[in-house]
Amino acid sequence: MPAQILRVAARACVVRGDDIDTDRIIPARFMKGITFDGLGEHAFEDDRAQAKGDHPLDKEQNRGAGILVVGRNFGCGSSREHAPQALLRWGFRAFVGGSFAEIFFGNCTSLGLPCVTLEPNDLARLMDAVEADPSQAVEIDLAAQTVTSRAGSMRCKMPEGTRKTLVEGTWNATAVLLDAGDAIEATAQRLPYVADFAA
Amino acid sequence: MSTPSPANPKTLFDKVWDAHAVRALPSGETQLFIGLHLIHEVTSPQAFAMLRDMGLRVRFPGRTFATVDHIIPTDDQSRPFSDELAEAMMTELEKNCRAQGVRFFDSASGHQGIVHVIGPEMGLTQPGMTIACGDSHTSTHGAFGAVAFGIGTSQVRDVLATQCLAMTRPKVRRIDVTGKLTPGVYAKDVILEIIRRLGVKGGVGYAYEYAGAVLEAMSLEERMTVCNMSIEGGARCGYVNPDETTVSYLRGRELAPKGAAFERAAAWWRGVASDPGASYADVVTLDGARIAPTVTFGINPGQSIAIDERVPGVMDVPDDERPGLEEALAYMELRPGQPIAGTKIDVAFIGSCTNGRISDLREAARVARTGHVARGVKALVVPGSQAVARQAEAEGLPEIFRAAGFDWREPGCSMCLAMNPDKLIGRQVCASSSNRNFKGRQGSPTGRTLLMSPVMVAAAALRGAVVDAREVL
Repeated sequence: MPAQILRVAARACVVRGDDIDTDRIIPARFMKGITFDGLGEHAFEDDRAQAKGDHPLDKEQNRGAGILVVGRNFGCGSSREHAPQALLRWGFRAFVGGSFAEIFFGNCTSLGLPCVTLEPNDLARLMDAVEADPSQAVEIDLAAQTVTSRAGSMRCKMPEGTRKTLVEGTWNATAVLLDAGDAIEATAQRLPYVADFAA
Repeated sequence: MSTPSPANPKTLFDKVWDAHAVRALPSGETQLFIGLHLIHEVTSPQAFAMLRDMGLRVRFPGRTFATVDHIIPTDDQSRPFSDELAEAMMTELEKNCRAQGVRFFDSASGHQGIVHVIGPEMGLTQPGMTIACGDSHTSTHGAFGAVAFGIGTSQVRDVLATQCLAMTRPKVRRIDVTGKLTPGVYAKDVILEIIRRLGVKGGVGYAYEYAGAVLEAMSLEERMTVCNMSIEGGARCGYVNPDETTVSYLRGRELAPKGAAFERAAAWWRGVASDPGASYADVVTLDGARIAPTVTFGINPGQSIAIDERVPGVMDVPDDERPGLEEALAYMELRPGQPIAGTKIDVAFIGSCTNGRISDLREAARVARTGHVARGVKALVVPGSQAVARQAEAEGLPEIFRAAGFDWREPGCSMCLAMNPDKLIGRQVCASSSNRNFKGRQGSPTGRTLLMSPVMVAAAALRGAVVDAREVL
C-alpha cells in the first residue's frame, strides 16, 4: 500500500509560462531506454541549455527545491510519464499551477505527486513571493486544501477523487483495481464485442 | 443518429462509459474496463517491469496488441538496428510480448506501422469500445465512435494487470462543423481551426464530440485526422458518431467480425451513436465553408492562421496570451504583420499518425506530380504502416514522389517526434503534416515546425516556401 500524502512542505522553484509541453520537460531523445533511470538530470534540458545557466532549475538559490510552481496547462502534449518521472528524479514532490494537462496530471497522481491549482491572483502572488525569497518553506496541505507561504495561506483546488486517493494512500491504482475481482470479467462478458461478435 | 429519440437520450460517450463501468471506486472515480489496449516500445517496457515486480501477469492478453513505431528507422529496418538503444527497446518489447502472450505486429508480420494507423486498418478499432494506449494520440480511434484516450506508463501497467483504469468522467462538448468545406481544404485544416478557436487548453476536462455535415461527409481517414489532434486542444478524447461510413470501413477488415457476427456488430455500433436530444455540457458551431488552408506559425498547435493571413502581433491577442505569442515569434523568427505565405522551408515531412494514411499520400501525390522539390529542400514521405505502403506501391505513388525529388521511406513515426534517425538539424524550418510544433519536437532543440495538411506540405516542398496549395491543385 503506498503512503498517504497529506502535505508536502519544501522550498519552491518557479518556472513561468503557460502551455509548457512534455517535450520541453523531457525531450524525446532521452526516452530511449527501457527504464526511467537517469532522467532527472535531463529535466528541461533544452530550455536550460538555451537559457545558458539562467533557467530557474539552474539557479543556485533554487537548488534542493521540492515544489515546482508553474503557469497554466503545464504538461500538455505527449502522454510520456517520463516527464513527471524526470521532475521526480530532479527532486520535485509536488506541483502548484494555474492548471495542468490531463494526462500529465494523471501520471503525477500515479506517482503520488500532487498537482494543485490556485486562482490566477493567488498564483501570481505566490510566484512573486517565491522568487523574492526562494529560501522560504512552502506548504501544500491536501487535507485543508491550502498552499501556505509568506504570501499567506491560499485556498488550492484538486479534483476530489484524486485528492482522496492521495490522502487515503490509494494512488497506486493497480491494487485498488484488482480489488474488483471477478466483477472485471463480469463486465467484460456483458460487452457484446467480447461475448457475442468477437472476430 | 436517425433513430427515434428515446425517453432518456444519451451521448455516445455516456453510453460507452456506462457499459464499461466495473464499479464506482471509493475515491469517486470510475473503474473503467478497457476493451482494446495498444502498446508500443517507448511507454511499455517500464510497465511490464512493474508488472513483473508485482508478480502479476497480463490479465486479458488477447485484448492487448503491440507494434513498433517511435524508434524504428525509416531508411533501413533490418535488425539489429544501428542505434543500440533502439535495438534494446525493440528486443524488450519482443521479449515482453512473447512472455505474456501478446500479439506483436512487427515488421515480419506485414502489419507493422504507427499504432494509430494499424489499429483501425486491422479492424481492431471498433465503435463502442474503450481504447487506451500509452500515447496521447490515442484519441485518433475516436473517429470510429470509440472512447479512446492516451495514458501514462503506470496506467499501462494498470491495464496490463487489470484491463481497467481509474478514471474521472469528463464533460462532453459537441463541436458542430456545418456546411461544406471548399476545395483544397482538408480535415487537418478543420482541426487546426477548431484548436485555434477553442485554444490548446479549451478541451481540458472535456471529451469532444465532432459532428455536423462536414464530419458526416468525411471518410474514416479524415475523421481520424480530426480526432487525432483532440489532445492538442486539451481534450484527452474526441469522437465522431458511427454511421454507414464507419460500418463500411470495417466490413472485411482482418480482425473485424465476419458474416452474421458482423451484422450483429453493425447493429450494436449504430446503436451507440449519440441519441437525438442528448444533452451536452457545451455546444460550439463552426461554419465549414469559412475554413481555409491553415498553417501554424508558433510553438503550439493553437498558434495558427489561414494561409492568406498575416502573423499576429501582441496587440492582436488577449493580454494573457501575449507572453506566449512573444516567445513563439522570437523562437520562430517571425515578425508581426508578415504573411505566412512565402516563409522559407528547409524540410518537408509527410507522414505521422495524423496524416500518414493512403488518402493523405494520394492527395500529396497530386501536388507532387506538378513539379519538383525545390533546390535545397529535403522532402520525406513516410507511410503510416506497411499496409499503407503496399497500397501506395500498388497505385504507383512512390514513383510519383521519387520522380518529384521526395524520399520514399519505410513506415514509422519518423520526423514527427525524432526518436529515430529522422531529425531536423539546427534552426531548420520544417513544413510538416504531423501534429506538434513544440520547441525541439522534431529532434533539433532549436528546430522550427510549421504544421499544415499533407497537400500544403507537398506544395511547400515544391516551392521551397509556404504557399497556398490551391494554386497548384
